[in-house]
Amino acid sequence: MRWRLSPQKEQRVVRGLLLALTALSIFILAFIIFFILRHGLPVLSWKFLTRNPVEMGKEGGIFSTLIGTIVLIILALVVATPLGVGTAIFLTEYTTESRLTKIIRFGSECLAGIPSIIFGLFGFIFFVTKLKFGWSILSGGLTLAFMVLPTIIRTSEEAIKFVPRAYREVSYSLGGTKWQTVSRVVLPSALPGIATGVILSIGRSVGETAAVIFTAGSALRLPSSLFSSTRTMSVHFYILAREGISLSKAYGTAAVLIISILLINVVTYYLMSRFLRKYT
Amino acid sequence: MKIREDREKFIRLLLLAIALSAISILALISIFIFSEGLPIMFRRGIKAFLLSSDWYPTEGHFGLLPMIVGSLLVTAGAMIIGIPLGLAGAVYLTQFSSKKVRMVVKPMIELLAGIPSVVYGFIGVVILVPFVRDNFGGPGFSILTASLILGIMILPTILSISIDSLLALPPTYREGSIALGATEWQTTRLVLLPAARSGIIAGIILGMGRAVGETMAVIMIAGNATSLPRSILDPVRTLTSNIALEMSYASGEHRQALFATGVILFIIIMILNTIANLTSKRMSS
Repeated sequence: MRWRLSPQKEQRVVRGLLLALTALSIFILAFIIFFILRHGLPVLSWKFLTRNPVEMGKEGGIFSTLIGTIVLIILALVVATPLGVGTAIFLTEYTTESRLTKIIRFGSECLAGIPSIIFGLFGFIFFVTKLKFGWSILSGGLTLAFMVLPTIIRTSEEAIKFVPRAYREVSYSLGGTKWQTVSRVVLPSALPGIATGVILSIGRSVGETAAVIFTAGSALRLPSSLFSSTRTMSVHFYILAREGISLSKAYGTAAVLIISILLINVVTYYLMSRFLRKYT
Repeated sequence: MKIREDREKFIRLLLLAIALSAISILALISIFIFSEGLPIMFRRGIKAFLLSSDWYPTEGHFGLLPMIVGSLLVTAGAMIIGIPLGLAGAVYLTQFSSKKVRMVVKPMIELLAGIPSVVYGFIGVVILVPFVRDNFGGPGFSILTASLILGIMILPTILSISIDSLLALPPTYREGSIALGATEWQTTRLVLLPAARSGIIAGIILGMGRAVGETMAVIMIAGNATSLPRSILDPVRTLTSNIALEMSYASGEHRQALFATGVILFIIIMILNTIANLTSKRMSS
């Protein structure tokens, strides 16, 4: 006799199994965060954040790497945000679906899929070597800008699409030109959505290592100009852990990374849900 | 009136130029990677690069076979871990849980994608490597370890794209099947999963691309040996780690050979992205 479960029983078994696997995924996430914070939080202190690393990071804090990370991200965003938002405006407001928009979207999608090590290779050969920027904030920031551009394009495009047509029609009916409509009506309404993309990009940049280490270098000094090399937090963490310089400082740095990522995600989630609630 | 029109025209042109930035950057990256990497490949013969397993860059031997095999095995391992976890989560959250649970759990699992890859590598080194060494043998730095970590890293990609494509199906599919007396699981297995197939496959391929391209985590846990592995407990080096490990001190032909590694990686990624794009386009049309 062939043994077979009734559909109802089968469903119960499958349901249990799926629940277990989903719970496992959540457990892994919780475990990683808990593990890093448990070892890292005791290391964290105001001094850890505000003092420069001493003896390659064995002693002292992470101040210069914190500054390095922030400066690099600001530069990346200053370059990528206008390009990304501009592209999104062009795609949504200034053209209809055509071969041109297909090419533009193709470029953005491909760029999104390129692994960070390729960006690192490119940044190294183009910015560091060809343009002679050296290992510097400039090289690292531009490389990061290229990397986050697709994220900003995609989120801005979606945000702009969410702005109701009526808003535009009202502006036109009052005699507004295309650009007046875009800059004074559409963009302000889409701003929270665009901000989501920008913050997501910050998240990606904070954790980025492969693309940064070959373009911004790993100097521990406080940067003095756009042409000085700098070390970001994640590069610092990588070097601390891999070269076994200091496990406790590594945990501390990892805790700072994890906390910033958590904050960034909470903020994006909040902004996004508020934005969606407004227009749907 | 004329000035205003001119201004509008100028803005339009400016935006067009900006909009071409992404594709121009893509072209720039391709040109530079290929122009640095291709010459040495042709000079030495593509076969020597792809099929030789001798990587002695200082003596002029640039066989990339162990790294290609390493990347493939580690990626395959990551799929074995990531696909079941990602799909199970997607099915559970769309079919068996309330919307409220989904709205909380989905962003939580997506948070896994935000954790920096160096942190994954670190967790791998301090927890997984000793665990594998003590329980399965070998050095611990292995295909198995790397697969486990990469599987977790690609899980959010697969989960969230699968959820989106399951939710994009017309509700009538589900209602019709349930009305005919099928259970939720029968509905999922026989109706919904096949209907959402192309979206799910696109998610899996994007996850695959992420696994192939991952660098820092893999360097820290895969062991980086340049010989062909014999078991999943052996250390391997991937294409990405090969570049990252030697870039800082390579020069001359050695550096070109690393760019050649980049060329191969670039081509693999482009193929995967194109397949993912085409499958998800087919779904939306």
